[in-house]
Amino acid sequence: MFEQTDPNQIQLTHDGELKHFITTEGLSREILTDILDRADSFVDMSAKQVKKVPLLRGKTVVNLFFEASTRTLSTFELAAKRLSADVLNLNISTSSTKKGETLKDTLMTLHAMHSDMFVVRHSSSGAAHFIAEHVTPDVAVINAGDGRHAHPTQAMLDMLTIRQAKGAFEPLSVAIVGDILHSRVARSQIHALRTLGVSEIRVIAPNTLLPRDIESLGVKVFTNMQEGIKDVDVVMMLRLQKERMTSALLPSESEFYKLYGLTMDKLALAKPDAVVMHPGPINRGVEIASSVADGDRSLILDQVTNGIAVRMAVMSMAMSGQTKERSELTEAGEE
Amino acid sequence: MTSNALNANALYEKMRNELNALLAQGKRPEPLMIGIHTGGVWLAEKLHNDLEIEEELGVLDISFHRDDFEQSGLNPKVQQSKLPCSTEGRHIILVDDVIMSGRTIRAAMNELFDYGRPASVTLITLLDLQQRELPIQADIIGGTLAISPEQSVKLTGPEPLALEIRNRS
Repeated sequence: MFEQTDPNQIQLTHDGELKHFITTEGLSREILTDILDRADSFVDMSAKQVKKVPLLRGKTVVNLFFEASTRTLSTFELAAKRLSADVLNLNISTSSTKKGETLKDTLMTLHAMHSDMFVVRHSSSGAAHFIAEHVTPDVAVINAGDGRHAHPTQAMLDMLTIRQAKGAFEPLSVAIVGDILHSRVARSQIHALRTLGVSEIRVIAPNTLLPRDIESLGVKVFTNMQEGIKDVDVVMMLRLQKERMTSALLPSESEFYKLYGLTMDKLALAKPDAVVMHPGPINRGVEIASSVADGDRSLILDQVTNGIAVRMAVMSMAMSGQTKERSELTEAGEE
Repeated sequence: MTSNALNANALYEKMRNELNALLAQGKRPEPLMIGIHTGGVWLAEKLHNDLEIEEELGVLDISFHRDDFEQSGLNPKVQQSKLPCSTEGRHIILVDDVIMSGRTIRAAMNELFDYGRPASVTLITLLDLQQRELPIQADIIGGTLAISPEQSVKLTGPEPLALEIRNRS
């Protein structure tokens, strides 16, 4: 864990615009809505023959993945390319850290190559925050997942998917189901859902997969899936993070599936028009049944499509904030 | 500058009549009319209606193609470009309210070409402020106006359409 200061002192310019994107926590409803509106205009780009805009032309975006990922890395890469940026993908776990280079040295090296944006995924909570604050404050930093802390672009693509399916957030009751304890996605979702004003957020999980402080985030806790899922509008499943399970928190995967796996029977308890989401990759038969994942109420593939649009929105906004702040600093220096 | 230089309706009528004459020559069959946000869309709606153009109207937002991202960042209000069909092989009538430096039209053509390769593009604007910074000219204009560097011209509308000269603060 790294030391934490208020993230909004770091991720916003003095005019209140985004210049890094570290967490959804503490961001205003205006900014979250702005991200969704901009993402909407990028969703429409699919009608074009040329699916590209020149907003980040001449900028260099470095995808710094200290932790493996296929979907997040590839959608970030596509988003940057559709904004016309030059993109470098670095899989650090197989690179120089093996030769003993520190995080700071790696970043300073990339900084010297005149990078304009770092997209960071790291297994330590607070890594993106640390980089934005201490290492390279003049490079826009986008958090692509840090430890158990946050995964803000995932949360925002989920919000976009909900808004497309349901319209307004206010009347909705949303359930988040599964491995809350290890899930940075769940935390970012809860902050975003609260700020966007949904009427109720429920978390459904066995006691062993619930963080102790979870109720302080303003959610209702259920350990019984049948009770928790009753009459909700949106069911957001989480992946069972086998690679993060360090101790025996679960009796077995089949036991988990029996109690918390989303099957057609359990989904029938939610509202008749309830939709199902999952951040992927899916463990079929562990947290979700194939009939549900592939069914007509599943928005799982819409989430992937929206991921590109949301990442384009966040990247262009952060670059815009950085650019403005930099040109103000230059002007101040000239006077 | 004439006394009716800012009479938006008179400028509009001149522009509409010239476009009507051009279309009557038959060199721009089945035109696809496209307005540029926001003033250009108001004018295009009016022209589209008055000239009874069959193909649905398109609207273009040029925010993503502006050339001042380095100076001013993202446009705070991005609208959505919506074209009723592919531009491939079509005769485009591009409508904007004012042409000055030519940068908006440069950006609009970039956005337009992302949708396909049109057969032709005809540019029509209500007012030409004649301070070109790029080699771009309108095919049809309602009128010309000389303004000082401290001034700008703003079209208000959509109903009624009016032009006003503003002093930059």
